[in-house]
Amino acid sequence: MLNTGFPVLSALIFFPLIAAVVLFFLRGDNTVKVFTLLVSLIECVLVLPIIFGFESTAQFQFVERQAWIESWNIFYYLGIDGISVLLILLTVLLLPICILCSWRYIEKRVKEFNFCLLLMTTACLGIFSALDFVLFYVFWEAMLIPMYLIIAVWGGPNRRYASLKFFLYTLAGSTLFLAAIVALFIKTGTFSIPELMQHQYTFQFQAWIFLALALAFAIKVPMYPFHTWLPAAHVEAPTAGSVLLASILLKMGTYGFLRFCLPITPAASDYFAPLMILLAILSIIVGSLLAFGQSDMKKLIAYSSVAHMGFVTLGIFVFAFRGIEGAIMHMVNHGVITGALFLLVGLIYERSHSRELSENMGVSKYLPAYTGFLLLFAFAAFGFPGTNGFFSKLLILLGIFQVNFWLGVLFIIGLILGLAYLLRLLLTVGWGSPSKVQGWQDMNLREWIYLVPLGLLVIYLGVGPGKALDFMRPSIDNLVQNFEQEKNLVIDEHKPSPAIVLKKAPNLEPKTIEFIDMKASD
Amino acid sequence: MLNFNPQLIIPELFMVAILAVLFAQSISNQHRDKIAWVPFAALIGFLLTAFSTTGPEFMFYQSYQIDGLSQFFKSIIFLGLAVCTGNALRVGTLVQANRADYFFFMCMSAFGLLLLSSTVELFTIYLSLELASFSLYILLPLRNRDPRAVEGAIKYVLFGALATAIGLYGVSYILAGHHTTYVAELLAMDWSYAQQPMALIGLAMFLLAFLYKLALFPFHFWAPEVYQGASNETAAFAATLPKLGAIVIMVRLMAFSPGMEVKIILAVFAAVSMTLGNLTALVQRDVKRLIGYSSVAHSGFVIMGLIAGGVHGLAAASYYALVYMVMNLTIFWVITRISDRGKNVYISDLRGLYSNSPILAFVLAVSAFALVGLPPTAGFIGKLFLFSSAWDAGFHWLVIIGVVNTALAIFYYLNLVRHAYTLDEVVKNKISLGPAGASVAIILALGVLYLGILPQNIFALLMQASSGILS
Repeated sequence: MLNTGFPVLSALIFFPLIAAVVLFFLRGDNTVKVFTLLVSLIECVLVLPIIFGFESTAQFQFVERQAWIESWNIFYYLGIDGISVLLILLTVLLLPICILCSWRYIEKRVKEFNFCLLLMTTACLGIFSALDFVLFYVFWEAMLIPMYLIIAVWGGPNRRYASLKFFLYTLAGSTLFLAAIVALFIKTGTFSIPELMQHQYTFQFQAWIFLALALAFAIKVPMYPFHTWLPAAHVEAPTAGSVLLASILLKMGTYGFLRFCLPITPAASDYFAPLMILLAILSIIVGSLLAFGQSDMKKLIAYSSVAHMGFVTLGIFVFAFRGIEGAIMHMVNHGVITGALFLLVGLIYERSHSRELSENMGVSKYLPAYTGFLLLFAFAAFGFPGTNGFFSKLLILLGIFQVNFWLGVLFIIGLILGLAYLLRLLLTVGWGSPSKVQGWQDMNLREWIYLVPLGLLVIYLGVGPGKALDFMRPSIDNLVQNFEQEKNLVIDEHKPSPAIVLKKAPNLEPKTIEFIDMKASD
Repeated sequence: MLNFNPQLIIPELFMVAILAVLFAQSISNQHRDKIAWVPFAALIGFLLTAFSTTGPEFMFYQSYQIDGLSQFFKSIIFLGLAVCTGNALRVGTLVQANRADYFFFMCMSAFGLLLLSSTVELFTIYLSLELASFSLYILLPLRNRDPRAVEGAIKYVLFGALATAIGLYGVSYILAGHHTTYVAELLAMDWSYAQQPMALIGLAMFLLAFLYKLALFPFHFWAPEVYQGASNETAAFAATLPKLGAIVIMVRLMAFSPGMEVKIILAVFAAVSMTLGNLTALVQRDVKRLIGYSSVAHSGFVIMGLIAGGVHGLAAASYYALVYMVMNLTIFWVITRISDRGKNVYISDLRGLYSNSPILAFVLAVSAFALVGLPPTAGFIGKLFLFSSAWDAGFHWLVIIGVVNTALAIFYYLNLVRHAYTLDEVVKNKISLGPAGASVAIILALGVLYLGILPQNIFALLMQASSGILS
């Protein structure tokens, strides 16, 4: 199953792109919407081979490798493992939901909006499956353009400021990332991520690479103090944009930590872990406190995202198996839950035309179904037992307690703060008074359709996460073991002198890499 | 040995034929304004060059070399000329009677650049450079009753005269140091400061003449004035093709692998050029002026590849030359379409471009993102090649400055896109975009994307070419 003839990942990545081009020749808003919805459903079918064919091993699967730019040893190199597979599934699942939730909300330039959504899907799937650094960077940056347009064209009143801030922040963060990629290439002569993981570097080199990468990822996550772009972008973005931002974009940062920082620069990750943990704790506390003070529902959830991503980062940087397992689970869960919460905000915004808490009070009496979903997702968000949020936070907590008792205590304080702001949201929206809700319609069929899958996921991942954990376990095992082996293992002297690499490069034959070798050492 | 073999110089002869016809047109009374054939002729020239032999062959007493590098640059010069003349067909600031003259000088300048791509002897290089420059000096002020055009042109002439004079002075040093002016012989010489200080200083001075053409700091002062002053169509030409000529010569000269002293000076110039260009561009309101400063920054990027040297470095610089040309032609194509009767375009004129002309807005966005260096456009892959080669040569700090500059640059390029896409227009002005204009715009944008996504073939070609001149 490792190398089936059919290029599953390429099909997943490029099908939306081709559909986006076709979209330009269609006329009529409804045709466009139906077409995009169909595309997204076909995309969901295309992902089935991954669900059923993915094997629980630490190897990269569904690998595709083609020479792309031979002169620079750049490959078109795709593959997924336990770390990325769930994020791929999440991305694909969210596409039809984003289309459905924008069905009425987006009124102008419908075709272009759907075009941007499809481009976003292509870029996100590319990011999670690229195994060549240049390819990864291409998708990483290409994703900015549709996201920028989604916020800047279809956003709220302050959209120009928010979109510009988003773009500048994320682009500025990833420029040094490019320099790091170049430095790694010159050091090793390859852009291939699995190969780079096997190389060993001096500590100093690792430290610089780690800092350059971590800056890019910390901005994307976003970690305190780089989080200020997030509330602005979330508040101004249309619902679909917020969902994409919260559910997928933020995950790219933590995914980057797991995919690059830990395996490529283990010693530096270990060395800088206290800093990252400190920032993660600050993200949790500051994010939660800020969320507590918001009167705008979208802002509240945006700040809660900062806090939640703090949990994830914390889980990663304690370097414990459970912590990382929980972190990945929480990436997915947060994607589901926060995505759903943004959908709920968008849903009520379509009725009240305001995101202020005070304008949306006391909906429970008139919108029972809505309140039910709000309860479900808010409970999941603060980790009520039986929901997915509980399970992943429990895993992270286990990992943290293994490492440090006091960190665990801080984590629990963060959890309690989370409970506070979510209860406030829940109580005000559900049962606050005076209520202006009379005459609003409860959820219609379209809204049911896009919320039910997420609701089911909340329960499924909360009660039966075994399958998901099976997907991830070998990869995390491998990651943690390699990390433990290599974190103290740094080479001392400057062995490969630079300037040699490029002279050899034209003769470099594309080597086939045996991933089994990587495992054999364990 | 004269070794005159007309087969080898078919592109040049073809250009002479174009020039002859244009000259005849310019002195006839009836046919002065029938110049729509020139872009197609240039395209034929491109095909002739693209399928010509890549030698290497010498001609004219070893002063003229036909090799992969020269043919590559000749073909892209023809290609650029086709777009520039196509663009200039509707130049709004020129009376009909001057059309043939205008095209004559444009083609003459391109002819100089063609010669420049092939010349491998310092005095011949100098003469070709002057041929290319003098035609441009005449071209620049050809804009009706606009004092700024004259101002820009005079600046260009004065600066140019000074820079080329220094260059010529440098040749005398090289001649004194190494007793030859043939590039092939100079290639084998010692270019370290310790052994041959005079020759190295001479080389540095000779390079200055080309840094000026490239608008690199500290010779960049002319660029914004000339871009702003000249008519949009002329600026499109002046911004792109002459730089190709400068880059091809610098590629040949940097193949000497001169001493570190020169490289460090160039690296400092490049760093300042990038930073200064981008910072100044941030506050510009006139789009052409903005592109002028951005081109100052881009010259800094090209220098990275040149000082890195080696097969990869020189090929990366040549590739970026192509990328630079295509990106700029694309954005200038949009500007000339938007421009109202040939007036300069201000950023605020871009407002609401999306609702006015979605195609132009899209093409503008592609070219702006390419100029920033965002994937998947050509700008990204070109910069990646430059960064990699510069890092390999040990210029780590320069690469860091380069990537940080990307972050500086994003604002003003994004600002163009932002105006086009998110702001609504105050007053509607009509944009006349015929099917021909639209299709060229889309082809240019696709070119930008193609160079970014599939660079392998062209880059392999350039690697061959640059290893040819290194050996």
